[in-house]
Amino acid sequence: MPNLVDIHDLHFGYGDRPILSGLTMQFPRGKVIAIMGGSGSGKTTVLRLIGGQLRAQSGSVSVDGQEVSSLSLDGLYRMRRRMGMLFQHGALFTDLSVFDNVAFPLRENTSLPEEMIRDLVLLKLHAVGLSNAASLKPAEISGGMARRVALARAVALDPQLIMYDEPFAGLDPISMGVIANLIRKLNDALGSTTILVSHDVHESFMIADYVYFLSQGRIVAHGTPADMMASDDPYVKQFVHAQADGPVPFHYPGRSIAEQLGLAGRS
Amino acid sequence: MMLDGLAHIGSRVRLGLEALGVSARTFFDLVIATGSLWRRPRLVSDQVHFIGNYSLVIIAVSGLFVGFVLGLQGYYTLNKYGSEQALGLLVALSLIRELGPVVTALLFAGRAGTSLTAEIGLMKATEQLSAMEMMAVDPMRRVLAPRFLAGVIAMPVLAAIFSAVGVLGGYIVGVRLIGVDEGAFWSQMQSGVDVWADVANGVIKSAVFGVAVTYIALYEGYCAAPTPEGVARATTRTVVIGSLMVLWLDFLLTALMFS
Repeated sequence: MPNLVDIHDLHFGYGDRPILSGLTMQFPRGKVIAIMGGSGSGKTTVLRLIGGQLRAQSGSVSVDGQEVSSLSLDGLYRMRRRMGMLFQHGALFTDLSVFDNVAFPLRENTSLPEEMIRDLVLLKLHAVGLSNAASLKPAEISGGMARRVALARAVALDPQLIMYDEPFAGLDPISMGVIANLIRKLNDALGSTTILVSHDVHESFMIADYVYFLSQGRIVAHGTPADMMASDDPYVKQFVHAQADGPVPFHYPGRSIAEQLGLAGRS
Repeated sequence: MMLDGLAHIGSRVRLGLEALGVSARTFFDLVIATGSLWRRPRLVSDQVHFIGNYSLVIIAVSGLFVGFVLGLQGYYTLNKYGSEQALGLLVALSLIRELGPVVTALLFAGRAGTSLTAEIGLMKATEQLSAMEMMAVDPMRRVLAPRFLAGVIAMPVLAAIFSAVGVLGGYIVGVRLIGVDEGAFWSQMQSGVDVWADVANGVIKSAVFGVAVTYIALYEGYCAAPTPEGVARATTRTVVIGSLMVLWLDFLLTALMFS
C-alpha cells in the first residue's frame, strides 16, 4: 500500500531565507512518525506544508496521492476534512465550552442531528478522560486537560491523518505520559497515520515507529528510535543525550567575548 | 544620497499601494462571504446581540448628555432671537442629521471596534484561526462575516437610540428645567423634520459608518502581528483610522446629501 504522505525534494523559504532544503520523507499508513529537531529547524513548517497552509517553492507534497500545491481551495478543504491537527498550545476556541469545541468540526462539516453529535462528542471526550468536563470553559481547565480536549477535537471526524505540533510542550511529566499514550492508542484505534512534531526525546521515542531528525531545514538522520539511540551522528548524539555543546553551538555565532570586551590583541 | 531618498519614497509608496490592494481584496472577500450567511442567520443575530450590547450603555448615556448640552446651548442661542420654540427642531435636526450617526460611530469604534480587533487579533495569535482553517472551516465566513454584517446592522439601530435619547435629554433640559413651551417643542420638531431628507439620510450615514468602522476593526485584527504588541498596535489603529474615516466620510456624505 502506498504511503499516506510523500514528500519529495521539498524546498521552502521566506523570500531569500531558506527554511527547508531538499526534504524527502515518507509517512506510511498506520504508523506514528516523529519529526524531531531543535527550535527553528523547520518542523512545524513541514506540518503547515502538508496541511496546505503554506505552498512549497519546489518539490512535491502529496497526501493520499493528491499533490497538495495543485489543489483548489475547495479541494484543500475536502482534504482537510480527512485530517486532524493539534496545535502547540491547543488553540481551543476560548468563547466555547469544552463540549462545543469538540462539537465544532462535526457541526461545521457534517449535517448530523444534534443528538448524534452529542453522543459522538461525549465518546471522544470519554476517550481522553474528560467527559465530565464537557460543560467547562477552556479557561477553567489545566494546560494538560486543554491539550487533551484539543486532541479530542482533532480526532472528532475520525481523520486518516493526525498531525501533532509539539503536543508535550509545557506539560508536567504525568500529562506528558498521558498525551503520549493517547497519541499511540488513538492512532491504532482509528487506523490513522500520525505525524508527531516534537523535541521531547523520551515521549517521542516511546511511541514513534520511525523518526526524522531535522537541523536547519535539512534531514540529518532518520531511522527507528532504537537506531537513533545507538546513532554515532554528532547532532543526533547531542540532541538525544541533551548535551549543551556540539554541532549546535552553545554560543550564538559572532565575535569572541575577548573582542567584545576590547581585550583582543592584548597580551 | 538623493537616489537613496527617491528609492525610500518609492518603496514607501509601493508598500502603501500594496496594503491598499490587500485591504480592498479582503473587503471584497468579506462582502462575498456575507452572502452565505442567509443559511445561518443565528450567527449574525448572536453577533448583533453581542456588538449591540458592547456599546448600548455608553451610547445611551452619551446621547442623554449630548441632548442636555444641545438643550442648553440651543436655548441660549435661540433665546437671543426670541425663537426658543424652535428648540425641539434644533435638537432633533442636530442629532438626526449629524451628531447621532457621527458620535455613535466614534463611540462604536472606541467600544465595539477595539473589542472586535482584540478578539480577532488574539484568535490569530493563539492559532484559533489556523485551527479553524485546518478543520476545513473558512474563518472569513465563520468569524469575520457574521461580525461584519452585525456591525452594519447594529450601527443604525444604535444611532437611532442615541438620537432618541438625545431628544429626550433636550426635552428634559429645555422643557422641564428651563420652561420652553412643550407643545411648540414637539410640534416644531414634527413639522420641521423630514422623513426622507433628514431621517433616511441619517440612517444611510450610520449604515456607511457601520461598514467602514466594522471593516476597519476586523481587518486590523485579521492582519495584526500575532504578538501582544501587534494586537495592541492594531487596537490603537482601529480607533485612529476608524475615527478619521468616520469624520472624512461624514464630510463627503454631508456634501452629497445636503448640498
